[in-house]
Amino acid sequence: MALDAAMASRLLRPELRIINVGLAMFVEAPEAHGARVAALDWRPPAEGDRATGLALARLEDDDRDPIGRTVAAANAIAVERLLAAQPLLTDVRPARDALGLGERQLLHAGPPIAWDRMCGPVRGAIVGAILFEGWAADPAAAETLAASGAIEFAPCHHRGAVGPMAGIVSPSMPVVVVDNAAGGTRAYATLNEGLGKVLRFGAYDASVLERLAWFRDVLGPSLSVALRTSGPIDLRTLTGQALQMGDEGHNRNMAATSLLVRALAPSIVRSVDSATAVAVLDFLRGNDHFFLNLSMAACKSALDAAHGIPGSSVVTAMSRNGVDFGIRISGTGDRWFTAPVGVPDGLFFPGYGPQDANPDLGDSAITETFGIGGFAMAAAPAIVRFVGGSASDALEFTRLMGRITLAKNPSYALPSLEFAGTPTGIDARRVVDSGIAPVINTGIAHRLAGVGQIGAGIARAPLSCFAEGIRELAATLGVPA
Amino acid sequence: MTVHARVFRNSYRDSVELMRIAAELEGMAGVTRAGLVMATKANCEVLTEAGLFVDAVAGAGPNDLVVALASDDPDAAMAALDRAAARLAGAGDGAGAAATTRTQWRTIAEGAAGLGGADLALISTPGGYATAEALKALKRGINVFLFSDNVPIEDEIELKTLAVERGLLLMGPDCGTAILDGVPLGFANAVRRGDIGLIGASGTGLQQVSSLIDRAGAGVSQTVGVGGRDLDARVGGLMMLAALRRLEADPGTRVIVLVSKPPADEVARRVLGAAGAIATPVVVNFLGGEPESVRQHGLVPAATFEAAAAAAVALSRGEQLPTPSSTVARSDATTAAAALLKPGQSRIRGLYAGGSLAGEAKLVLKATLGAAAARDHEVIDLGDDEYTVGRPHPMIDPRLRNERIVEVAGDPSTAIVLLDVVIGYGAHPDPAGALVPAIEEARLVASRAGRSLTFVASVCGTDADSQGRTAQEARLASAGVLLAPSNAQAAAIAAAIIQAAPAPGRSADTGRPVAGRSGGALRAGASHGPIGGVM
Repeated sequence: MALDAAMASRLLRPELRIINVGLAMFVEAPEAHGARVAALDWRPPAEGDRATGLALARLEDDDRDPIGRTVAAANAIAVERLLAAQPLLTDVRPARDALGLGERQLLHAGPPIAWDRMCGPVRGAIVGAILFEGWAADPAAAETLAASGAIEFAPCHHRGAVGPMAGIVSPSMPVVVVDNAAGGTRAYATLNEGLGKVLRFGAYDASVLERLAWFRDVLGPSLSVALRTSGPIDLRTLTGQALQMGDEGHNRNMAATSLLVRALAPSIVRSVDSATAVAVLDFLRGNDHFFLNLSMAACKSALDAAHGIPGSSVVTAMSRNGVDFGIRISGTGDRWFTAPVGVPDGLFFPGYGPQDANPDLGDSAITETFGIGGFAMAAAPAIVRFVGGSASDALEFTRLMGRITLAKNPSYALPSLEFAGTPTGIDARRVVDSGIAPVINTGIAHRLAGVGQIGAGIARAPLSCFAEGIRELAATLGVPA
Repeated sequence: MTVHARVFRNSYRDSVELMRIAAELEGMAGVTRAGLVMATKANCEVLTEAGLFVDAVAGAGPNDLVVALASDDPDAAMAALDRAAARLAGAGDGAGAAATTRTQWRTIAEGAAGLGGADLALISTPGGYATAEALKALKRGINVFLFSDNVPIEDEIELKTLAVERGLLLMGPDCGTAILDGVPLGFANAVRRGDIGLIGASGTGLQQVSSLIDRAGAGVSQTVGVGGRDLDARVGGLMMLAALRRLEADPGTRVIVLVSKPPADEVARRVLGAAGAIATPVVVNFLGGEPESVRQHGLVPAATFEAAAAAAVALSRGEQLPTPSSTVARSDATTAAAALLKPGQSRIRGLYAGGSLAGEAKLVLKATLGAAAARDHEVIDLGDDEYTVGRPHPMIDPRLRNERIVEVAGDPSTAIVLLDVVIGYGAHPDPAGALVPAIEEARLVASRAGRSLTFVASVCGTDADSQGRTAQEARLASAGVLLAPSNAQAAAIAAAIIQAAPAPGRSADTGRPVAGRSGGALRAGASHGPIGGVM
C-alpha cells in the first residue's frame, strides 16, 4: 500500500526543476533525488541595496499584476521600435541650421555638467570651439569667456545629437543628419576628425582649427551635395555588412568607413570639382574612424524612437562627460541617472599609462546602448586584445550582454555566434538584478587637453546608475518605496 | 602577529559558507584567527574589531570577498589563503555539502530560462534579500521554499497572500524542511515514501515525526513546512490551509498530520475547521495545546511528536489508535544514574540544536515533573538567533554546543545533560562523533569536582541518512550516553532520573544555588520563559 501511495502522491511535476538561490549546501540532496537544480551564482541585487532589490522584484514581468503587465508591454513596444529602426544618412548641414544652435551655445558629450567640473579634454575642446567660432581671440580669452557663464552649455543628447569624446558641437560645425525612416526620429553627429591632434581630445592648435574650417567650408557642403545626388544611404544595411567584416560599430570602423566611401565616391566625384573630390576622398580614405559618428547617430535615431514609453525599463542612452557616467531609461523621461565615471581598462600607446588617462568620455556608448560596439564584440575579436583577451573572450562578452538585453537584432547577425543577432535593448532590471554591467569599447583620452588619444580599452558602466533608474521607474509606476 | 589578507573581487558567498571556511582555516596549524566576509561597511568594522583589517582590504567593496587571517608563520598564512581560494573556487571541504555545483546564472529569471521553466525556488539568502527573490519566483509561477529567516512578517503576509492567489506554495520563511514528491529540501531525513502527509510550522518537529514514522515501518507522501509564524494571528495559517487543500486533493496522501505550536484561537478554529471538513483523517499535534477542541472537530490530538507519528502510522494501517499512556521511563538505568547524583546535583540541562525538539522536551518535563518543579530545569535552543549571531547553526557546526556542554559540567547543580542529535541532509556529517569529545571533557570537569554527569540523548533521523541513526546511536552509547528512541522519551528519561534521585539530591542545600543559574541560563530564561512555561 505504501508503495502505491508513493507512486500516486504528487504535488508538483515529475523531475522537479529547482532554482537554488543561496546556500550551495542545499543543492546536493535534491539532485540526488532526481531533481534538476540550477544553482545560481547569486549575489544581492542592486549591490546589496534592499529597497532597490524589492522595487526591482515588483517591476518583474507579470501578466497578473498591473505593474508587471505595464512594464512588459512597454518593453515590448520599445524593443519592437529598436528592431524596426531604419536609420538613413540623409544630409550634412551646419549645426546652426540642423540643431537650431545659436550664438554662444555649445553642446558637449555626456550628462549635464558645468564648466567648473569639466575635465581637461572637454575644456580644451570648448576653448577650440570658441576660437573656431571667433567668440574669443585667443585661448586665454576663450577660457575666461567659458568660465564667465556667458556660454550656454548643454548635452548633445538634449538636442538629439551625439558626439564622440568631448563631443563639442558649435553652430558652424557641420553635422550628419540621420533619419529613422521607421520611427520618425532624427539624430545628428559631428564629422569625425581622425586621430592625432583633434578637437574631440581637447586639442585646439592651428591645425585643428584649420581642419574644422575645412569641414565647414568644404567637407560638409561636399557631402551634402553628394548625398543629394546619391540619395539617402541605409546605415542599417551598411552596419550589418560591416559587422560581418570585422567591425563592431564603435572602436573598429574600418569596414564601415570603406563601405561608406564606396557608396559615396561616385556621387562625390559627380557633385564637386575634381580638386575638392580628391581632397574629400583623400580625407575619408585616411580616417578609419570616419564612420563612427554616423554609427552613433544611427544608434541615437533608433534609441530615441524607443524613448519615452511609460513603464519601459529599456536603457535609451549611456554617456560620459569625463567626470560623470549617465544613463537614461525609456520610462523615466529626460532624467539622467549618473555616477562617477572610471578609467577604462586597456592598452596604452608607448610612453603612456593609466596615470595619464582621463576618466571615460564621450557619447559613443550610444552604440553599446543599441547593441553594437562592446555588445557586438563577437564580430571584432581583435578588440579584446586591448585587455589581453582571446577571441573566445570576445564571444563571451557578447553572450554576457545577451543576459542583460531583451532581444537579438536580426539585422546585425554575428557569424561567429551562428548568425545570432546582436544583443539589443538593455533592460535596466536585468542589469540591477544580475550585477552584470554593460561593456563599452572605448578610446582612452589623455587627461590633459590636446594630447589626444593615448590608448584604447574596455569600460564597464557603473551599476549604481541603473539602480537609481530602477528606483525612479518604480516611483513612476506607483511602487511603494 | 601579522595579518594576511586577500581580496576576491566581485565574488559573493553567503556568510554561512564563509563562516565554515573561516572555521576550517582556524583549524590549520599556524593560523590564529581567520575571517571571511563580504566587504560591506559593517563587515569591515567586524574585521577591524577582530584586528584583521589591513590596508589591502581598504579598497574592497560590498561585492568583494575578503579573506583575512592572523598568523606568525608566513608559509602557514599562504597555505591558508590558498586553501580559502580553493574552497571559494568550489573545492569540497570534506563535509560533502560544500561541493558546489554553481551555474553561471545569477538570477531567478536566468535559472528559470536555463531549466526551461522551474517548479520550485529554494531560497536561503540573508533575510533582507529573501522577500525580493521570493516575489520574483512567485510572479513567475514558481513555488518557494524559503529557508531564510529574519523576513518581516508583513513580507510573509504579502508573499503568502500572493502565493494563495496564484495557487502556489510559499513554504517559510524560516522553513527548515520539506519533502516534496520524494525530493528532500533543506534539512530533511531520508524517510521512506508512504501515504502520510505532514504539514508543519516546525522544522525539527517535522523531522522527528517523519523519522519516527519511518522507524515504525510506514512512510511519508509529502512534508510541507509552512514556516514558524504561519499560525500567527496575523498570517492566519494561510499556508497550512493551502497545504491542507493540496494534500486532501493528493490521491497518494491518506493520512495528514499537522504540526505546530498552539495557534492563536481564531487561527486554531479556522485550521481545525478546515481539517475537520475533509475526508482524509487528520492528526493534530499542537505542541502544548489542549486536546479537547481537536477532538471536537473530529480530529486526532497528539501531545508529542512521537504520539503524532504513532497515531498517523496506526491510521495509515487501519489499526486502532494507540491509547496515550504516560511514558514509563523508569528503568534500571535511570535508577543507577540517579544513585550517582551528589547532593546539590538537581538540574536537567537541555542543550538543543532543534528548536521544536527543545520545546517538546520542556513540555515533557512539565508534564512529568509538574510545572513548578520543571522551572528548576533548563532547556535551551542553541539554534535561536540569540546564540547564532555570527556563528553557524549548531546543526551544522557543533562548536557552540560543545562549549556549552563543558560549561554546564562545571556547574555543581547540573545533574543531567539532555541532548538532541539531528542527522540527515544539511546536518553535520557526524554530529555524534563531534559531540563525544565534549562529553568526555565535561565528564572530566565534573569528576575533578567529585561529581558524575549523566548524558541522555536521542537521534532524530533514519538509517538511510548518510550519518546513519544506528551508527550515531552506537557512537553515543560507547561514550556512555543513555539513548532514547525519541526526543520525548529522552526527556522522560531525564525526568525519571530526577524523580528517582535520593531525597537529599532533590532538596535545597549548600550545593544548590537558590538563584542557581549561570549567566547563560539567566539569559536563556529571559528569552525562552521558564521550563514548561508559555511556549
